[in-house]
Amino acid sequence: MNSIFRKPIVFLSILSFLLTSCIETIPPEALVFNKDTLANRQLQTRKFDTKTEKELLTAASGVLQDLGFNLDESAPAVGVLVGSKNRDATDAGQVAGAIVMAVLFGANMAIDKEQKIRASLITRPSETGKGHLLRVTFQRVVWNTQGVVSKIEPINEPLIYQEFFEKLSKSVFLEAQKI
Amino acid sequence: MKTILSFKKLFLVLSVFLLASCETTSSRLFDTSTNKSAVELRSIQARAFDTKDQNKTLRTIIATLQDLSFVIDKADMELGTVSATKLDSSNQSLWNKGYALRMTVSSRPVGNRTVIRANAQFNITPVVEPKPYQDFFVALEKAMFLTAHQVE
Repeated sequence: MNSIFRKPIVFLSILSFLLTSCIETIPPEALVFNKDTLANRQLQTRKFDTKTEKELLTAASGVLQDLGFNLDESAPAVGVLVGSKNRDATDAGQVAGAIVMAVLFGANMAIDKEQKIRASLITRPSETGKGHLLRVTFQRVVWNTQGVVSKIEPINEPLIYQEFFEKLSKSVFLEAQKI
Repeated sequence: MKTILSFKKLFLVLSVFLLASCETTSSRLFDTSTNKSAVELRSIQARAFDTKDQNKTLRTIIATLQDLSFVIDKADMELGTVSATKLDSSNQSLWNKGYALRMTVSSRPVGNRTVIRANAQFNITPVVEPKPYQDFFVALEKAMFLTAHQVE
């Protein structure tokens, strides 16, 4: 009896040591430039021939609203606009997978349910003295049906940035025409 | 035999409670487990740059954070502060869902220089080791075209 009782204690103490020792630390590459730094900068930045920085910021906030974002933060003195929106995150493939798991094993698999998408738009005067530059970055957090965070990631699809800048170009034009 | 067993169980339960209460709210609020004094932390987290241009400094900090894949959360020109979050999923696995690195960077003029201080949290732990801050200031030096000096 005694020896049986001892076993779980040994197991528990080993487990607790393992648990306490697996505190994650910051990865060494977290705060260094990498091979994608320059490519990302180019993908996320465009130059606009606006006379004032305010003109570009106003056009940019218009696009954020067009896309259904709510403004979280603005600091025009340093060209900062931050917006976010909560959206559905249901993925058809995941739903199909969950149905298969439920039918075959009776398992209740958690699938992605909601997401928060954040965007920060940063403007600055161009080095050449003419026009302004805008760099936009997106990221998202996804929660599953159990309310647990299932994904946290940057959004780096080139097509998304191209489409965003097309919309911004139009908005800058409309702003210039005061429409 | 039975009473001995229940005593052991009681001891186990009590010791678990004692272990759980080791880290108090106060120790977490003041981050006492990091064993770093305010002076030590500042020497790790702060550098001085030879510039008086607050606006350009803040814009450069923002641009550097963006280069390091952060999304800006907020910025304040008057106080010279910027906060940003980096979400990374590059090492995603079954156990690892990616990480969130949150950083606040402040800049304030001191004489002819600007002192820039950064502090970061990795998921739910404070970042107190010197290396990540050295990396950050190396990145910032490149963007500022200036040398980062240790703050005395």
